[in-house]
Amino acid sequence: MKITTEQVEYVALLGRLALTSEEKKKYSAQLDDILKYMDMLAEVPTDDVEPMAGPVKLFTPLREDKVEPSLSVEDALRNAPAVAGSSFRVPKVIE
Amino acid sequence: MLALYEYTAGRLAEMLRTKETSSVEITRSVLERIDAVEEKLRCYVTVSPEEAVKMAEEADRRLAAGDGKPLTGIPIAIKDNMCWKGHRTTCASKILHNFHPPYDSTVVRLLKEEGIVILGSANMDEFAMGSSTETSHWGPTRNPWNVEMIPGGSSGGSAAAVAAGEAVVTLGSDTGGSIRLPAAFCGVSGMKPTYGAVSRYGLVAYASSLDQIGPIARDARDIALLLNIICGHDPKDSTSVPRDYPNFSNSLDKPVKGMKIGLPREFFDKLEDPDVNRVMKDARQIYRSLGVSFVDLSLPHLDYALAAYYIIAPSEASSNLARYDGVKYGFRAENFDGMIDMYCRSRAEGFGAEVKRRIMLGTYALSSGYYDAYYLKAAKIRTLITNDFRKAFEECDAILCPTAPSPPFRIGEKMDDPIQMYLTDVFTIPVNMAGLPGMAIPGGFSSDGLPIGIQLVASHFEEARLVQLSSAFQKETDHHLKRPSL
Repeated sequence: MKITTEQVEYVALLGRLALTSEEKKKYSAQLDDILKYMDMLAEVPTDDVEPMAGPVKLFTPLREDKVEPSLSVEDALRNAPAVAGSSFRVPKVIE
Repeated sequence: MLALYEYTAGRLAEMLRTKETSSVEITRSVLERIDAVEEKLRCYVTVSPEEAVKMAEEADRRLAAGDGKPLTGIPIAIKDNMCWKGHRTTCASKILHNFHPPYDSTVVRLLKEEGIVILGSANMDEFAMGSSTETSHWGPTRNPWNVEMIPGGSSGGSAAAVAAGEAVVTLGSDTGGSIRLPAAFCGVSGMKPTYGAVSRYGLVAYASSLDQIGPIARDARDIALLLNIICGHDPKDSTSVPRDYPNFSNSLDKPVKGMKIGLPREFFDKLEDPDVNRVMKDARQIYRSLGVSFVDLSLPHLDYALAAYYIIAPSEASSNLARYDGVKYGFRAENFDGMIDMYCRSRAEGFGAEVKRRIMLGTYALSSGYYDAYYLKAAKIRTLITNDFRKAFEECDAILCPTAPSPPFRIGEKMDDPIQMYLTDVFTIPVNMAGLPGMAIPGGFSSDGLPIGIQLVASHFEEARLVQLSSAFQKETDHHLKRPSL
C-alpha cells in the first residue's frame, strides 16, 4: 500500500474535509491505485530538468497607482451564509 | 426549411444584417427548442428566458441603429463556471449552489459589449473535474445523439447544447480536454486557445496553470467569430499575454496546400478502437487530397503526460478550492463544533466525490515529504513534454491526432473507476500541459452512429492555423452538418 488509512485521515484534515469512515476506506483504495499509476514517472530522468509552473513567462505588470471604485461592503456580504453588521459571522475562534 | 435555432451564428448574423429575421425571433426559436428538449438532455443549470428576450430586444435596437457588431443578437450559453453579475453561477457544485457573483467575468463583459444574448449557464462536471458531466451536483447531461451516453466533459452542457440546438454557440473551459472532448463526443467543433490568449478573470479556478476558456460551435467559421471576441489582453489576469490577435475569419478560406502535418506515433500507437482508427485514416486522406503532406514524429514524453497532469491539476485544485470555507460565500454546514469543524463539515457536505478525491490527491502530493516525489517531478516532466512539442513544431505546421481513444461511453460506465475515467483525456491533456492551442472537429461516426472527433494542435498563438485547417476540412466533409434527431 502506498497510502494508509492514517495518512488519508491526516490529508483529509489538511484539506479540511470531514470524511466518513466509508469515504476514508474508498479514498485509501482509490488513491492507492492512482499513486501506483504515477510510479511510472520515476522512470524519467529529470535531474537536469528545470520544473515548469505554467506555460506563460510571468512578469510583474505595473500600473499607475490610481484610486478606483472597489466592491461595496453590501455586495461583498451578499453571498455570505452568516453576516453580523458589516462583517462575516463565524464561530468563536479565540477563547 | 431549417428552424432558426438550427443555423450557425455566421449565417444568422447575415440574416440579421439583411433584416430577414430579428434577434428576438432567433432567441425565441432557441428558447422554444430548450423547452422542447431540455428535459431529456439537461444541458443547462440555469436558463434566463426573460433576461434573454430583453437582451435580444436591446440587440435589435442596436442593429436597427446601425450600431451592431458581428455577433450582436446571437444567443449564446456560458459554462456555469463563468461569473455573470447577479446571475447564479454554481460551478455545478452544492458548495456554490446559491452564489450570485457581484461582478462580471471578462468574457461575459466582452459578450455584453458585443451585444450577444446570454441564454443561461450550461451544465458541467463539478468544478470542471470530470470527463463526462456526470459529477454535476445537478445531475448528468445526456448526449443528444444517444441519451444513454455521456456527452463528454467537463463542458458537456455547452457541447450538448450546440449539438441539440439549445444554443447557437457556447463558451466552455478546458483544463485537460474539457472543451475538445465534449465537442468531439457531441459532434460539434471546439477550441482550447493558447494559455494566456483568453482572460481567466472571473472564471472559477480549477487548475490555474492549465485552465483556458474557449468557444464551442457548429463550424470553424463560428469558432473564428467567437475567437475574434474573446481573445485579447486583460490587465485583470496576470497570465493574460499582451499581444495582437489577427482577425481569425481571414483564415477560413486560405488554402492548406503545402502545409505539413505531424503524426506523433505515441498518439497512434495506443489507438485500439476500430472506429476511431478509421476516422483518423479518413481524415489523413482528406488532408492529403488537399495537398497537405505528413511527417511522422515522436513526442517521447507523451506517455507520462496523464500521470503528471493528475498530480499538477489536483495540486493546484487543492490550493484553489481552499477558498470554499463556508464563510464568505457558498454553502455552510448546519451543525459543527468550532471553526475548524465548520470548515471540515461545510466542505465535506458541499463538495461531491470527485472534487474531494482531487483535493485529497493534491493535498497529498503537496504535503511535506511528498512534494519532491510528486509535484516537483511532475513539473519537470511538464518541461520535457513542452520541449517535445517545441521540437515537433520545427518539423510541421500542426499536429493531427484523435481527441479521445473511443466514442462516447455509457452513463455510469466509468464512475467507480477513476483511472479509466482519467484515461479518456489521454490525447487532450498533453496540449494543456504545454499551453498549446488545440481544436476538435467532427471527423465521422462510430458504427453505432456516435460522433468521433479529430484533434488539431498548433504551436503557441497559432489559433489561426487551426481555423484554417478545420475550415478546409469542413469544406470537404459533411460530418459537422449532421444533427441528432431528438
